[in-house]
Amino acid sequence: MTTPVRIAQISCGPEYSGVQQEINEAARAVNGEIFFPDIALKDIMRDFGEFGLDVRSPDLKLAIARAKALVDGRVDADAVFVATCFRCAEAAIVRNELRRYIHTHSRLPVVSYSFTERTTAGTLLTRMEALTTIARRRALLAREAQEGLTMGVDSGSSTTKAIVMKDNKIVGTGWQPTTEVLKSAEQVIGHALDEAGVRRDEIEATGTTGYGRFLVGKHIRADLVQEELTTNSKGAVYLADRQHGPATVIDIGGMDNKAISVQDGIPGTFTMGGICAGASGRFLEMTAKRLGVDITELGPLAMRGFSAHVPMNSYCIVFGTQSLVNALAAGSSREDVAAAACHSVAEQVFEQQLQEVDIKEPVIMVGGTSLIDGLVYAMGELLQTKIMVPKYSQYIGAVGSALLASGFIKDG
Amino acid sequence: MAKIFIYPATSLILSDLVARYGHTPLSSAIAVRERIQTAGIESVPLQITPEEPKKGLRWAAVEVPSGVRGRMALYGPMIEACDAAIVINDADLAFGCMGCARTNELIKYLIREKNVPRLDLNYPKNEEEGVRFVAAIKRFLAEMGGGE
Repeated sequence: MTTPVRIAQISCGPEYSGVQQEINEAARAVNGEIFFPDIALKDIMRDFGEFGLDVRSPDLKLAIARAKALVDGRVDADAVFVATCFRCAEAAIVRNELRRYIHTHSRLPVVSYSFTERTTAGTLLTRMEALTTIARRRALLAREAQEGLTMGVDSGSSTTKAIVMKDNKIVGTGWQPTTEVLKSAEQVIGHALDEAGVRRDEIEATGTTGYGRFLVGKHIRADLVQEELTTNSKGAVYLADRQHGPATVIDIGGMDNKAISVQDGIPGTFTMGGICAGASGRFLEMTAKRLGVDITELGPLAMRGFSAHVPMNSYCIVFGTQSLVNALAAGSSREDVAAAACHSVAEQVFEQQLQEVDIKEPVIMVGGTSLIDGLVYAMGELLQTKIMVPKYSQYIGAVGSALLASGFIKDG
Repeated sequence: MAKIFIYPATSLILSDLVARYGHTPLSSAIAVRERIQTAGIESVPLQITPEEPKKGLRWAAVEVPSGVRGRMALYGPMIEACDAAIVINDADLAFGCMGCARTNELIKYLIREKNVPRLDLNYPKNEEEGVRFVAAIKRFLAEMGGGE
């Protein structure tokens, strides 16, 4: 058993929300160990005063002092988990500033989260897994080139993808909607192997990612089973050829969204989630269906429309769909409605998630939704930057898995 | 003898003073002790489960953060049960500290609304104020029928 990753918890409220046990359990599941940085009472007011954010809640003052102790090196940790109550404005300000402060002034990987009493270990697992991976596997994450013959499988909530790579090149791809997890995985693997012209027993190492990663990983005896925050970051900077320096990776997925701030190919801070499916690729699928077009046609349709012509707020998928239906009934063009849907999803991600990571150029959009050019355009407008969409961006998790899996090829 | 809610509810000094005069202090220690002595609950460190924020809906609406509602599940019943209250404002962290400012605002308001005998004091800043501070608490406790 390897030594657990020591995760410093900086928080306000989880013990009173009844979710501390869930946080501990999520950490334990990925061989992490939650601890609270110990600081002297006299240091709390000094550190809080020096930090300069004059909040009223004593637990937040303590959180600030703990963050300073970590940054100053008075307390040792491998990673930091910042957690405060959802819907608390004072805590949200502190959470965001501490995440930024730790990220800027230390090399500690940090993730922040706002919980409710309904937060479960399952919800936190992917975040904790990414956090411990960054802390534990820096050597693996430093890999910049794929070697040998490897395969990556991304078992996502909407689609399953497989990639076969050989000597730093993609030689086979497979893609299809996720139905039965293992059946879908087998089919995309078969397709990718056929395209690559190789047999399965020739593959030297495999990796899995996505929601079905554990099941598929066990089924194909994967060498690497890795959450998608890590694989997508690696895949994005690899495909975009931005492995050095900063980058921001945005993946608007079928079920949730990821925004990852990357430095030299290693994720630093990230957010994952979304208030509602209205801020996910699922809403765009529904929009395409309602407009009577294939999802692949939604992007070009949106590029011919003007989002400002249609009021749409997809904060909630139900109300977003209602706006869509109302706009069509009022005579809006399909182009304008498609553009408004793309703008609305981009706006939700911008408002809810991109505020929690430091946006640094280049901004790389990945995942299936990055092929919807209307969405990429809307995101670029909101961020006032040109967004990069690398080739094979829809296979990003599988590419990252295949790349990282080559670190498991046995010599000889 | 009276049941006296103390604020900060975590203050051991205040709790001890109230108990010395024969009253029952209503404090964090009592609420937490009840939970950690309840068999079958496994929710470290305070044995507060996700059920507590739901019980807290009695005092704070669903849009109020779960941490506030969870705290209110501890303090709300004590405020309802108290015959009197001692409130120390701007206390030093070492004297007693309650972590959430929003919960603290609500607790103080609910005590005020309950309209029971209440001693409202500012935390002393020097020795002279300290002497007056302790004397005021002793006087209040004595007036509530207590004696050392």
